[in-house]
Amino acid sequence: MRDVFVRTLTEIAARRPEIMLLTGDLGFGVLNDFVARFPKQFLNMGVAEQNMTGLAAGLALEGHIVFTYSLGSFPTLRCLEQIRNDLCYHQANVKIVTVGGGMAYGAVGMSHHATEDLAILRSLPNMTVVSPGDHWEVAQATRVLVDHPGPAYLRLDKSAAPPSHQPGERFRLGKARIIRDGADLTLVATGGILEEAVRAADLLEGCGVSCRVLSIHTVKPLDTEALSAAARETGGMVVIEEHTVDGGLGGAVAENLLELGAPPAFFLRIGLRSCFPSAVGSQHYLRKVHGLDAQAIVDAVLARRCPRRDSQPLVPAL
Amino acid sequence: MNAQIPNGTKALARRIRIHALRMNSRGSGSHIGAVFSCADILAVLYGQVLNVDPSNPRSPARDRFVLSKGHACAGLYAALAERGFFPVEKLETHYQNGSDLCGHASHKVPGVEVSTGALGHGLSMACGMAYAARLTGAGHRVFALLSDGECDEGSVWEAALFAGHHHLDNLTVIIDYNRLQGIAPVADVLELAPLDDKWRSFGWAVEEVDGHDHAALEERLRAMPFAKGKPSCLIARTVKGKGVSFMENTVLWHYRIPRGSEFEAALLELENHQ
Repeated sequence: MRDVFVRTLTEIAARRPEIMLLTGDLGFGVLNDFVARFPKQFLNMGVAEQNMTGLAAGLALEGHIVFTYSLGSFPTLRCLEQIRNDLCYHQANVKIVTVGGGMAYGAVGMSHHATEDLAILRSLPNMTVVSPGDHWEVAQATRVLVDHPGPAYLRLDKSAAPPSHQPGERFRLGKARIIRDGADLTLVATGGILEEAVRAADLLEGCGVSCRVLSIHTVKPLDTEALSAAARETGGMVVIEEHTVDGGLGGAVAENLLELGAPPAFFLRIGLRSCFPSAVGSQHYLRKVHGLDAQAIVDAVLARRCPRRDSQPLVPAL
Repeated sequence: MNAQIPNGTKALARRIRIHALRMNSRGSGSHIGAVFSCADILAVLYGQVLNVDPSNPRSPARDRFVLSKGHACAGLYAALAERGFFPVEKLETHYQNGSDLCGHASHKVPGVEVSTGALGHGLSMACGMAYAARLTGAGHRVFALLSDGECDEGSVWEAALFAGHHHLDNLTVIIDYNRLQGIAPVADVLELAPLDDKWRSFGWAVEEVDGHDHAALEERLRAMPFAKGKPSCLIARTVKGKGVSFMENTVLWHYRIPRGSEFEAALLELENHQ
Protein backbone atom coordinates (compact mmCIF):
# COMPACT_ATOMS: atom_id res chain seq x y z
CA MET A 1 0.00 0.00 0.00
CA ARG A 2 2.85 2.35 0.90
CA ASP A 3 4.43 2.07 -2.53
CA VAL A 4 1.10 2.64 -4.27
CA PHE A 5 0.53 5.75 -2.18
CA VAL A 6 3.98 7.20 -2.85
CA ARG A 7 3.77 6.40 -6.56
CA THR A 8 0.34 8.00 -6.85
CA LEU A 9 1.31 11.10 -4.89
CA THR A 10 4.47 11.50 -6.96
CA GLU A 11 2.41 11.32 -10.14
CA ILE A 12 -0.02 13.98 -8.86
CA ALA A 13 2.70 16.25 -7.44
CA ALA A 14 4.08 16.75 -10.94
CA ARG A 15 1.10 18.94 -11.79
CA ARG A 16 0.22 20.18 -8.32
CA PRO A 17 3.08 22.33 -7.01
CA GLU A 18 1.08 23.23 -3.92
CA ILE A 19 1.47 19.65 -2.63
CA MET A 20 4.05 19.26 0.13
CA LEU A 21 5.24 15.94 1.54
CA LEU A 22 6.63 16.04 5.09
CA THR A 23 8.17 12.97 6.66
CA GLY A 24 9.07 12.31 10.26
CA ASP A 25 12.42 10.88 9.15
CA LEU A 26 10.85 7.68 7.84
CA GLY A 27 10.54 6.15 4.39
CA PHE A 28 14.17 5.27 3.69
CA GLY A 29 14.52 4.47 0.01
CA VAL A 30 10.79 4.79 -0.54
CA LEU A 31 10.56 8.53 -1.08
CA ASN A 32 13.66 8.91 -3.27
CA ASP A 33 11.80 9.45 -6.51
CA PHE A 34 9.55 12.10 -4.98
CA VAL A 35 12.51 13.87 -3.36
CA ALA A 36 14.58 13.80 -6.54
CA ARG A 37 11.79 15.15 -8.70
CA PHE A 38 10.23 17.66 -6.32
CA PRO A 39 12.85 18.77 -3.80
CA LYS A 40 10.99 21.99 -3.06
CA GLN A 41 7.86 20.04 -2.20
CA PHE A 42 9.58 17.81 0.33
CA LEU A 43 10.76 18.28 3.90
CA ASN A 44 12.32 15.76 6.24
CA MET A 45 11.06 17.16 9.53
CA GLY A 46 13.27 14.97 11.65
CA VAL A 47 11.99 12.84 14.49
CA ALA A 48 9.65 15.59 15.65
CA GLU A 49 6.01 14.77 14.97
CA GLN A 50 4.55 17.63 17.01
CA ASN A 51 6.47 20.19 15.00
CA MET A 52 5.74 18.33 11.75
CA THR A 53 2.01 18.56 12.41
CA GLY A 54 1.91 22.15 13.65
CA LEU A 55 4.16 23.28 10.83
CA ALA A 56 1.94 21.44 8.35
CA ALA A 57 -0.95 23.54 9.66
CA GLY A 58 1.06 26.71 9.02
CA LEU A 59 1.88 25.62 5.47
CA ALA A 60 -1.72 24.63 4.82
CA LEU A 61 -3.04 27.99 6.05
CA GLU A 62 -0.78 29.57 3.43
CA GLY A 63 -2.37 27.51 0.66
CA HIS A 64 -0.42 24.25 0.53
CA ILE A 65 -1.86 20.75 0.48
CA VAL A 66 0.32 18.97 3.01
CA PHE A 67 0.87 15.25 3.50
CA THR A 68 2.58 14.25 6.75
CA TYR A 69 4.11 10.79 6.61
CA SER A 70 5.24 8.49 9.36
CA LEU A 71 4.70 5.07 10.88
CA GLY A 72 2.30 3.41 13.30
CA SER A 73 0.89 5.85 15.81
CA PHE A 74 3.76 8.36 15.52
CA PRO A 75 1.94 10.86 13.25
CA THR A 76 -1.32 10.53 15.19
CA LEU A 77 -1.09 9.83 18.90
CA ARG A 78 2.28 11.46 19.46
CA CYS A 79 0.94 14.77 18.20
CA LEU A 80 -2.76 14.37 18.89
CA GLU A 81 -3.20 17.85 20.33
CA GLN A 82 -1.59 19.43 17.26
CA ILE A 83 -4.04 17.42 15.14
CA ARG A 84 -6.98 18.53 17.25
CA ASN A 85 -6.12 22.21 17.70
CA ASP A 86 -3.93 23.12 14.73
CA LEU A 87 -5.40 20.91 12.00
CA CYS A 88 -9.01 20.15 12.87
CA TYR A 89 -10.03 23.43 14.50
CA HIS A 90 -8.48 25.45 11.67
CA GLN A 91 -9.76 22.98 9.03
CA ALA A 92 -6.21 22.92 7.74
CA ASN A 93 -5.64 21.08 4.49
CA VAL A 94 -3.34 18.42 5.92
CA LYS A 95 -3.48 14.70 5.20
CA ILE A 96 -1.86 12.53 7.84
CA VAL A 97 -0.49 9.32 6.40
CA THR A 98 0.65 6.38 8.44
CA VAL A 99 2.23 3.24 7.13
CA GLY A 100 1.78 0.21 9.31
CA GLY A 101 -1.90 0.39 10.21
CA GLY A 102 -2.93 -2.31 12.68
CA MET A 103 -0.18 -4.82 13.37
CA ALA A 104 1.51 -4.49 9.98
CA TYR A 105 4.86 -4.07 11.71
CA GLY A 106 4.08 -7.20 13.66
CA ALA A 107 7.36 -8.44 15.00
CA VAL A 108 8.84 -5.07 15.91
CA GLY A 109 6.47 -4.72 18.82
CA MET A 110 3.49 -2.83 20.19
CA SER A 111 5.27 0.56 20.03
CA HIS A 112 4.97 0.32 16.24
CA HIS A 113 1.38 -0.90 16.03
CA ALA A 114 -1.54 1.39 15.27
CA THR A 115 -4.47 -0.25 17.00
CA GLU A 116 -6.39 2.64 18.60
CA ASP A 117 -5.95 5.24 15.86
CA LEU A 118 -9.30 4.84 14.12
CA ALA A 119 -11.25 5.33 17.34
CA ILE A 120 -9.25 8.37 18.38
CA LEU A 121 -9.06 10.07 15.00
CA ARG A 122 -12.74 9.56 14.18
CA SER A 123 -13.71 11.36 17.37
CA LEU A 124 -12.17 14.60 16.10
CA PRO A 125 -14.50 17.14 14.47
CA ASN A 126 -13.67 18.02 10.83
CA MET A 127 -11.52 14.90 10.43
CA THR A 128 -11.98 12.45 7.57
CA VAL A 129 -10.71 8.93 8.30
CA VAL A 130 -9.71 6.70 5.40
CA SER A 131 -8.47 3.13 5.71
CA PRO A 132 -8.22 1.44 2.31
CA GLY A 133 -8.58 -2.31 1.91
CA ASP A 134 -6.72 -2.88 -1.35
CA HIS A 135 -4.24 -1.19 -3.66
CA TRP A 136 -6.88 0.27 -5.94
CA GLU A 137 -8.54 1.96 -2.96
CA VAL A 138 -5.18 3.38 -1.88
CA ALA A 139 -4.52 4.98 -5.26
CA GLN A 140 -8.05 6.29 -5.52
CA ALA A 141 -8.11 7.60 -1.96
CA THR A 142 -4.82 9.41 -2.50
CA ARG A 143 -6.19 11.14 -5.59
CA VAL A 144 -9.47 12.05 -3.95
CA LEU A 145 -7.86 13.36 -0.76
CA VAL A 146 -5.72 15.82 -2.72
CA ASP A 147 -8.91 17.58 -3.76
CA HIS A 148 -10.81 17.03 -0.53
CA PRO A 149 -10.43 20.15 1.61
CA GLY A 150 -9.62 19.90 5.30
CA PRO A 151 -7.79 17.43 7.49
CA ALA A 152 -7.80 13.72 6.77
CA TYR A 153 -6.14 10.58 8.02
CA LEU A 154 -4.98 7.93 5.57
CA ARG A 155 -4.18 4.66 7.27
CA LEU A 156 -2.04 2.39 5.11
CA ASP A 157 -1.61 -1.30 5.78
CA LYS A 158 1.05 -3.71 4.62
CA SER A 159 -1.48 -6.37 3.75
CA ALA A 160 -4.17 -5.82 1.14
CA ALA A 161 -7.17 -7.65 -0.24
CA PRO A 162 -6.95 -8.91 -3.84
CA PRO A 163 -8.16 -6.48 -6.51
CA SER A 164 -11.92 -6.36 -6.83
CA HIS A 165 -12.70 -3.11 -8.63
CA GLN A 166 -14.80 -3.17 -11.74
CA PRO A 167 -13.94 -1.41 -15.00
CA GLY A 168 -15.17 2.15 -14.75
CA GLU A 169 -15.86 1.89 -11.03
CA ARG A 170 -15.73 5.24 -9.26
CA PHE A 171 -14.25 5.64 -5.81
CA ARG A 172 -16.17 7.97 -3.55
CA LEU A 173 -15.13 9.05 -0.08
CA GLY A 174 -17.73 7.97 2.45
CA LYS A 175 -19.24 5.35 0.14
CA ALA A 176 -18.70 1.70 0.99
CA ARG A 177 -17.82 -0.77 -1.75
CA ILE A 178 -19.70 -4.05 -2.06
CA ILE A 179 -16.90 -6.51 -2.74
CA ARG A 180 -19.37 -9.36 -3.17
CA ASP A 181 -23.04 -9.82 -2.49
CA GLY A 182 -24.74 -12.39 -0.28
CA ALA A 183 -27.92 -12.86 1.67
CA ASP A 184 -27.21 -14.58 4.97
CA LEU A 185 -24.92 -12.07 6.61
CA THR A 186 -22.63 -9.13 5.94
CA LEU A 187 -18.94 -9.03 6.68
CA VAL A 188 -17.90 -5.40 7.15
CA ALA A 189 -14.16 -4.67 7.08
CA THR A 190 -11.77 -1.75 6.95
CA GLY A 191 -8.10 -1.83 5.96
CA GLY A 192 -5.96 -4.67 4.69
CA ILE A 193 -7.80 -7.13 6.91
CA LEU A 194 -10.42 -6.99 4.18
CA GLU A 195 -8.41 -9.92 2.77
CA GLU A 196 -9.41 -12.02 5.79
CA ALA A 197 -13.05 -11.03 5.33
CA VAL A 198 -12.96 -12.13 1.69
CA ARG A 199 -11.35 -15.46 2.61
CA ALA A 200 -13.85 -15.96 5.43
CA ALA A 201 -16.66 -15.32 2.95
CA ASP A 202 -15.21 -18.02 0.67
CA LEU A 203 -15.06 -20.48 3.54
CA LEU A 204 -18.53 -19.66 4.76
CA GLU A 205 -19.87 -20.10 1.25
CA GLY A 206 -18.58 -23.67 1.48
CA CYS A 207 -20.62 -24.08 4.65
CA GLY A 208 -23.74 -22.82 2.98
CA VAL A 209 -23.56 -19.33 4.41
CA SER A 210 -23.80 -16.66 1.77
CA CYS A 211 -21.97 -13.42 2.72
CA ARG A 212 -22.08 -9.87 1.53
CA VAL A 213 -18.66 -8.22 1.99
CA LEU A 214 -18.41 -4.47 2.45
CA SER A 215 -15.16 -2.55 2.28
CA ILE A 216 -15.47 0.48 4.51
CA HIS A 217 -12.51 2.42 3.15
CA THR A 218 -13.91 5.57 4.78
CA VAL A 219 -14.51 5.14 8.49
CA LYS A 220 -15.57 8.76 8.77
CA PRO A 221 -17.91 9.88 7.34
CA LEU A 222 -19.50 6.47 7.59
CA ASP A 223 -21.71 5.09 4.83
CA THR A 224 -24.78 4.52 6.99
CA GLU A 225 -26.90 3.96 3.90
CA ALA A 226 -24.95 0.89 2.78
CA LEU A 227 -24.75 -0.35 6.36
CA SER A 228 -28.44 -0.02 7.12
CA ALA A 229 -29.26 -1.67 3.78
CA ALA A 230 -26.97 -4.55 4.72
CA ALA A 231 -28.60 -4.82 8.14
CA ARG A 232 -32.00 -4.89 6.53
CA GLU A 233 -31.21 -7.21 3.63
CA THR A 234 -28.94 -9.77 5.26
CA GLY A 235 -29.30 -11.85 8.38
CA GLY A 236 -26.57 -10.35 10.50
CA MET A 237 -23.42 -8.27 10.59
CA VAL A 238 -19.83 -8.98 11.54
CA VAL A 239 -17.46 -6.04 11.69
CA ILE A 240 -13.77 -6.86 11.21
CA GLU A 241 -10.90 -4.52 11.97
CA GLU A 242 -7.25 -4.81 12.95
CA HIS A 243 -7.85 -2.42 15.80
CA THR A 244 -9.33 -2.40 19.25
CA VAL A 245 -13.05 -3.19 19.31
CA ASP A 246 -13.50 -0.15 21.55
CA GLY A 247 -14.68 2.76 19.48
CA GLY A 248 -13.31 1.72 16.12
CA LEU A 249 -15.28 0.68 13.04
CA GLY A 250 -17.38 -1.78 15.05
CA GLY A 251 -18.25 0.96 17.49
CA ALA A 252 -19.06 3.39 14.71
CA VAL A 253 -21.33 0.89 12.96
CA ALA A 254 -23.11 -0.05 16.19
CA GLU A 255 -23.69 3.57 17.21
CA ASN A 256 -25.09 4.55 13.87
CA LEU A 257 -27.31 1.55 13.20
CA LEU A 258 -28.77 1.68 16.68
CA GLU A 259 -29.49 5.36 16.38
CA LEU A 260 -31.07 4.86 12.95
CA GLY A 261 -33.33 2.15 14.37
CA ALA A 262 -31.77 -0.30 11.94
CA PRO A 263 -29.91 -2.84 14.07
CA PRO A 264 -28.88 -6.06 12.30
CA ALA A 265 -30.42 -9.37 13.39
CA PHE A 266 -27.14 -10.23 15.01
CA PHE A 267 -23.98 -8.21 15.45
CA LEU A 268 -20.44 -9.21 16.19
CA ARG A 269 -17.20 -7.26 16.43
CA ILE A 270 -13.95 -8.94 15.44
CA GLY A 271 -10.96 -6.98 16.72
CA LEU A 272 -8.51 -6.69 19.56
CA ARG A 273 -10.19 -7.10 22.92
CA SER A 274 -8.62 -4.54 25.25
CA CYS A 275 -5.09 -5.78 24.87
CA PHE A 276 -1.72 -4.75 23.58
CA PRO A 277 -0.43 -7.44 21.25
CA SER A 278 2.82 -8.42 22.92
CA ALA A 279 3.39 -11.71 21.13
CA VAL A 280 6.15 -11.61 18.54
CA GLY A 281 5.27 -12.48 14.99
CA SER A 282 4.23 -11.45 11.52
CA GLN A 283 1.00 -9.60 10.86
CA HIS A 284 -0.70 -12.83 9.79
CA TYR A 285 0.61 -14.71 12.79
CA LEU A 286 -0.66 -12.00 15.15
CA ARG A 287 -4.06 -12.01 13.47
CA LYS A 288 -4.28 -15.72 14.18
CA VAL A 289 -3.16 -15.29 17.80
CA HIS A 290 -5.77 -12.60 18.39
CA GLY A 291 -8.63 -14.28 16.57
CA LEU A 292 -8.73 -11.91 13.62
CA ASP A 293 -7.91 -14.26 10.74
CA ALA A 294 -10.36 -15.84 8.31
CA GLN A 295 -10.65 -19.07 10.29
CA ALA A 296 -11.38 -17.18 13.50
CA ILE A 297 -14.02 -15.13 11.71
CA VAL A 298 -15.64 -18.30 10.38
CA ASP A 299 -15.57 -19.94 13.81
CA ALA A 300 -17.08 -16.89 15.46
CA VAL A 301 -19.82 -16.65 12.86
CA LEU A 302 -20.77 -20.31 13.05
CA ALA A 303 -20.74 -20.28 16.84
CA ARG A 304 -22.98 -17.26 16.84
CA ARG A 305 -25.39 -18.47 14.18
CA CYS A 306 -25.68 -22.00 15.54
CA PRO A 307 -24.86 -21.72 19.22
CA ARG A 308 -26.05 -25.19 20.11
CA ARG A 309 -24.70 -27.00 17.08
CA ASP A 310 -22.00 -29.48 17.94
CA SER A 311 -18.66 -28.56 16.71
CA GLN A 312 -18.58 -30.07 13.26
CA PRO A 313 -15.66 -30.07 10.85
CA LEU A 314 -17.67 -27.84 8.53
CA VAL A 315 -14.76 -25.63 7.78
CA PRO A 316 -11.50 -26.98 6.51
CA ALA A 317 -8.48 -25.72 8.40
CA LEU A 318 -6.68 -22.96 6.53
CA MET B 1 0.39 53.24 10.50
CA ASN B 2 1.32 55.88 13.03
CA ALA B 3 -1.58 58.09 12.06
CA GLN B 4 -4.01 55.44 13.24
CA ILE B 5 -2.52 55.26 16.70
CA PRO B 6 -3.45 58.40 18.63
CA ASN B 7 -0.65 59.59 20.91
CA GLY B 8 1.65 56.76 19.90
CA THR B 9 2.32 53.30 21.23
CA LYS B 10 2.53 54.29 24.88
CA ALA B 11 -1.05 55.51 24.83
CA LEU B 12 -2.00 52.36 22.93
CA ALA B 13 -0.35 50.20 25.59
CA ARG B 14 -2.27 52.03 28.28
CA ARG B 15 -5.55 51.49 26.44
CA ILE B 16 -4.70 47.80 25.93
CA ARG B 17 -4.12 47.44 29.67
CA ILE B 18 -7.34 49.25 30.60
CA HIS B 19 -9.39 47.23 28.12
CA ALA B 20 -7.81 44.00 29.35
CA LEU B 21 -8.44 44.89 32.98
CA ARG B 22 -12.12 45.51 32.26
CA MET B 23 -12.38 42.39 30.10
CA ASN B 24 -10.80 40.16 32.72
CA SER B 25 -12.83 41.69 35.55
CA ARG B 26 -16.08 40.52 33.98
CA GLY B 27 -15.09 37.00 33.09
CA SER B 28 -15.01 33.64 34.72
CA GLY B 29 -11.27 33.55 34.27
CA SER B 30 -8.32 35.87 33.97
CA HIS B 31 -4.68 36.00 32.89
CA ILE B 32 -4.27 39.67 33.60
CA GLY B 33 -0.66 39.45 34.78
CA ALA B 34 0.36 37.76 31.54
CA VAL B 35 -1.45 40.41 29.47
CA PHE B 36 0.18 43.32 31.30
CA SER B 37 3.54 41.64 30.86
CA CYS B 38 3.30 41.80 27.06
CA ALA B 39 1.03 44.84 26.58
CA ASP B 40 3.95 47.05 25.54
CA ILE B 41 5.18 44.45 23.05
CA LEU B 42 1.69 44.19 21.54
CA ALA B 43 1.38 47.99 21.38
CA VAL B 44 4.67 48.37 19.54
CA LEU B 45 3.87 45.51 17.16
CA TYR B 46 0.37 46.71 16.30
CA GLY B 47 1.21 50.39 16.57
CA GLN B 48 4.45 50.53 14.61
CA VAL B 49 5.85 47.29 13.33
CA LEU B 50 3.30 44.95 11.80
CA ASN B 51 2.13 45.56 8.27
CA VAL B 52 -1.55 44.72 8.73
CA ASP B 53 -4.67 46.21 7.22
CA PRO B 54 -7.93 46.20 9.18
CA SER B 55 -9.90 46.71 5.97
CA ASN B 56 -8.31 43.60 4.47
CA PRO B 57 -7.37 41.34 7.39
CA ARG B 58 -6.48 38.36 5.16
CA SER B 59 -4.35 40.32 2.71
CA PRO B 60 -1.66 37.91 1.44
CA ALA B 61 0.99 40.59 1.91
CA ARG B 62 0.26 41.08 5.62
CA ASP B 63 2.79 40.29 8.28
CA ARG B 64 1.75 37.23 10.28
CA PHE B 65 1.58 37.49 14.05
CA VAL B 66 1.06 34.38 16.16
CA LEU B 67 0.23 34.86 19.82
CA SER B 68 1.57 31.54 20.99
CA LYS B 69 0.90 32.50 24.60
CA GLY B 70 -2.79 32.45 23.76
CA HIS B 71 -3.85 33.12 27.34
CA ALA B 72 -2.82 36.75 26.83
CA CYS B 73 -5.49 37.13 24.15
CA ALA B 74 -7.30 39.97 25.95
CA GLY B 75 -4.29 42.12 25.05
CA LEU B 76 -4.37 40.96 21.44
CA TYR B 77 -8.13 41.51 21.12
CA ALA B 78 -7.71 45.00 22.58
CA ALA B 79 -4.88 45.83 20.18
CA LEU B 80 -6.91 44.60 17.22
CA ALA B 81 -9.97 46.57 18.28
CA GLU B 82 -7.86 49.71 18.74
CA ARG B 83 -6.44 49.17 15.25
CA GLY B 84 -9.96 48.94 13.83
CA PHE B 85 -10.29 45.23 13.11
CA PHE B 86 -13.59 45.24 14.98
CA PRO B 87 -15.49 47.73 17.16
CA VAL B 88 -13.99 48.45 20.56
CA GLU B 89 -17.44 47.83 22.11
CA LYS B 90 -17.13 44.16 21.15
CA LEU B 91 -14.39 43.80 23.77
CA GLU B 92 -17.11 43.92 26.42
CA THR B 93 -18.27 40.48 25.28
CA HIS B 94 -14.98 38.82 26.26
CA TYR B 95 -15.70 35.67 28.28
CA GLN B 96 -19.45 36.26 27.93
CA ASN B 97 -22.04 33.77 26.67
CA GLY B 98 -22.34 33.80 22.90
CA SER B 99 -19.15 35.79 22.25
CA ASP B 100 -16.35 34.67 19.95
CA LEU B 101 -13.84 36.47 22.19
CA CYS B 102 -12.97 33.43 24.26
CA GLY B 103 -10.34 33.23 26.95
CA HIS B 104 -7.61 32.03 24.61
CA ALA B 105 -6.80 33.42 21.17
CA SER B 106 -9.36 32.43 18.54
CA HIS B 107 -8.96 32.63 14.78
CA LYS B 108 -12.70 33.26 14.56
CA VAL B 109 -11.88 36.83 15.59
CA PRO B 110 -10.94 39.22 12.74
CA GLY B 111 -7.20 39.79 12.68
CA VAL B 112 -6.26 36.77 14.79
CA GLU B 113 -4.05 34.56 12.66
CA VAL B 114 -4.44 31.25 14.50
CA SER B 115 -6.13 29.85 17.57
CA THR B 116 -3.79 29.08 20.43
CA GLY B 117 -4.11 28.36 24.10
CA ALA B 118 -2.41 25.00 24.48
CA LEU B 119 1.18 26.10 24.86
CA GLY B 120 3.91 25.04 22.46
CA HIS B 121 1.82 25.16 19.28
CA GLY B 122 2.37 28.66 17.92
CA LEU B 123 6.00 28.49 16.90
CA SER B 124 5.48 25.40 14.72
CA MET B 125 2.61 27.08 12.91
CA ALA B 126 4.69 30.24 12.53
CA CYS B 127 7.53 28.15 11.09
CA GLY B 128 5.11 26.75 8.51
CA MET B 129 4.02 30.26 7.56
CA ALA B 130 7.61 31.47 7.31
CA TYR B 131 8.69 28.47 5.25
CA ALA B 132 5.72 28.97 2.91
CA ALA B 133 6.65 32.65 2.46
CA ARG B 134 10.19 31.70 1.58
CA LEU B 135 9.02 29.14 -0.98
CA THR B 136 7.17 31.85 -2.89
CA GLY B 137 9.65 34.62 -2.21
CA ALA B 138 6.97 36.65 -0.44
CA GLY B 139 8.38 39.55 1.51
CA HIS B 140 6.15 39.52 4.56
CA ARG B 141 7.48 38.64 8.00
CA VAL B 142 6.30 36.22 10.66
CA PHE B 143 6.34 37.04 14.37
CA ALA B 144 5.51 34.71 17.25
CA LEU B 145 5.16 35.81 20.87
CA LEU B 146 5.95 33.09 23.40
CA SER B 147 5.88 33.05 27.17
CA ASP B 148 8.87 31.90 29.17
CA GLY B 149 6.95 29.08 30.85
CA GLU B 150 5.94 27.93 27.39
CA CYS B 151 9.60 27.15 26.72
CA ASP B 152 9.13 24.11 28.97
CA GLU B 153 7.25 22.50 26.08
CA GLY B 154 9.42 20.19 23.99
CA SER B 155 7.57 21.19 20.84
CA VAL B 156 9.00 24.71 21.14
CA TRP B 157 12.47 23.26 20.76
CA GLU B 158 11.45 20.99 17.90
CA ALA B 159 10.33 24.12 16.08
CA ALA B 160 13.42 26.08 17.15
CA LEU B 161 15.61 23.34 15.72
CA PHE B 162 13.69 23.45 12.44
CA ALA B 163 13.87 27.23 12.04
CA GLY B 164 17.59 27.30 12.78
CA HIS B 165 18.34 24.44 10.42
CA HIS B 166 16.35 26.01 7.60
CA HIS B 167 17.71 29.54 8.17
CA LEU B 168 14.25 31.10 8.42
CA ASP B 169 15.37 34.70 8.70
CA ASN B 170 11.85 35.97 7.99
CA LEU B 171 10.79 34.61 11.39
CA THR B 172 11.10 36.40 14.73
CA VAL B 173 10.31 34.95 18.12
CA ILE B 174 9.69 37.29 21.00
CA ILE B 175 9.96 35.74 24.45
CA ASP B 176 7.97 37.46 27.16
CA TYR B 177 10.58 36.72 29.82
CA ASN B 178 8.88 37.80 33.04
CA ARG B 179 10.32 34.87 35.02
CA LEU B 180 7.02 33.88 36.58
CA GLN B 181 5.03 31.01 35.16
CA GLY B 182 1.62 29.57 36.01
CA ILE B 183 2.01 28.79 39.67
CA ALA B 184 5.66 29.50 40.53
CA PRO B 185 8.81 31.35 39.49
CA VAL B 186 10.59 29.93 36.44
CA ALA B 187 13.75 29.50 38.49
CA ASP B 188 11.90 27.20 40.90
CA VAL B 189 10.15 25.15 38.23
CA LEU B 190 12.55 24.55 35.35
CA GLU B 191 15.35 27.08 35.14
CA LEU B 192 15.63 28.49 31.62
CA ALA B 193 18.81 30.50 32.06
CA PRO B 194 20.87 30.97 30.06
CA LEU B 195 17.91 31.39 27.74
CA ASP B 196 19.83 33.42 25.17
CA ASP B 197 22.48 30.73 24.83
CA LYS B 198 19.83 28.07 24.40
CA TRP B 199 18.30 29.84 21.41
CA ARG B 200 21.73 30.79 20.06
CA SER B 201 22.83 27.17 20.16
CA PHE B 202 19.75 26.25 18.11
CA GLY B 203 20.95 28.51 15.32
CA TRP B 204 19.11 31.71 16.15
CA ALA B 205 20.39 35.28 16.30
CA VAL B 206 19.48 36.44 19.79
CA GLU B 207 19.09 39.90 21.26
CA GLU B 208 17.72 41.12 24.56
CA VAL B 209 15.61 44.16 25.23
CA ASP B 210 13.68 45.84 28.01
CA GLY B 211 10.19 44.61 27.12
CA HIS B 212 8.59 47.81 28.38
CA ASP B 213 10.89 50.25 26.53
CA HIS B 214 8.92 51.16 23.42
CA ALA B 215 11.74 52.86 21.57
CA ALA B 216 14.06 49.93 22.14
CA LEU B 217 11.39 47.39 21.22
CA GLU B 218 10.56 49.19 18.01
CA GLU B 219 14.19 49.59 17.08
CA ARG B 220 14.89 45.88 17.61
CA LEU B 221 11.73 44.63 15.91
CA ARG B 222 12.41 46.79 12.88
CA ALA B 223 15.96 45.46 12.74
CA MET B 224 15.01 41.85 12.13
CA PRO B 225 16.62 39.70 10.91
CA PHE B 226 19.30 40.30 13.50
CA ALA B 227 21.63 38.24 11.31
CA LYS B 228 21.16 37.30 7.69
CA GLY B 229 20.29 33.64 7.29
CA LYS B 230 19.19 33.16 10.89
CA PRO B 231 15.82 33.34 12.60
CA SER B 232 15.67 36.12 15.19
CA CYS B 233 14.92 35.69 18.88
CA LEU B 234 14.18 38.77 20.92
CA ILE B 235 14.24 38.06 24.62
CA ALA B 236 12.09 40.75 26.18
CA ARG B 237 12.80 41.24 29.86
CA THR B 238 9.43 42.01 31.33
CA VAL B 239 7.57 42.36 34.59
CA LYS B 240 4.51 40.24 35.06
CA GLY B 241 1.54 42.44 35.93
CA LYS B 242 3.39 45.55 34.69
CA GLY B 243 1.46 48.77 35.21
CA VAL B 244 -0.40 47.95 38.43
CA SER B 245 1.83 48.09 41.48
CA PHE B 246 0.20 45.33 43.47
CA MET B 247 0.10 42.98 40.50
CA GLU B 248 3.72 43.39 39.49
CA ASN B 249 6.00 40.41 39.98
CA THR B 250 3.41 38.27 41.72
CA VAL B 251 2.41 34.76 40.76
CA LEU B 252 -0.99 35.42 42.30
CA TRP B 253 -2.05 37.64 39.41
CA HIS B 254 -1.45 34.99 36.77
CA TYR B 255 -4.96 33.68 37.38
CA ARG B 256 -6.61 36.06 39.87
CA ILE B 257 -9.64 37.90 38.60
CA PRO B 258 -9.57 41.65 39.32
CA ARG B 259 -12.86 42.48 41.02
CA GLY B 260 -14.28 45.04 43.42
CA SER B 261 -11.77 47.25 45.19
CA GLU B 262 -8.84 45.54 43.49
CA PHE B 263 -10.34 46.33 40.11
CA GLU B 264 -10.97 49.96 41.11
CA ALA B 265 -7.45 50.39 42.45
CA ALA B 266 -5.90 48.87 39.35
CA LEU B 267 -8.01 51.03 37.05
CA LEU B 268 -7.03 54.15 38.96
CA GLU B 269 -3.35 53.34 38.61
CA LEU B 270 -3.64 52.70 34.89
CA GLU B 271 -5.71 55.83 34.25
CA ASN B 272 -3.31 58.01 36.18
CA HIS B 273 -0.27 56.54 34.49
CA GLN B 274 1.43 58.94 32.12
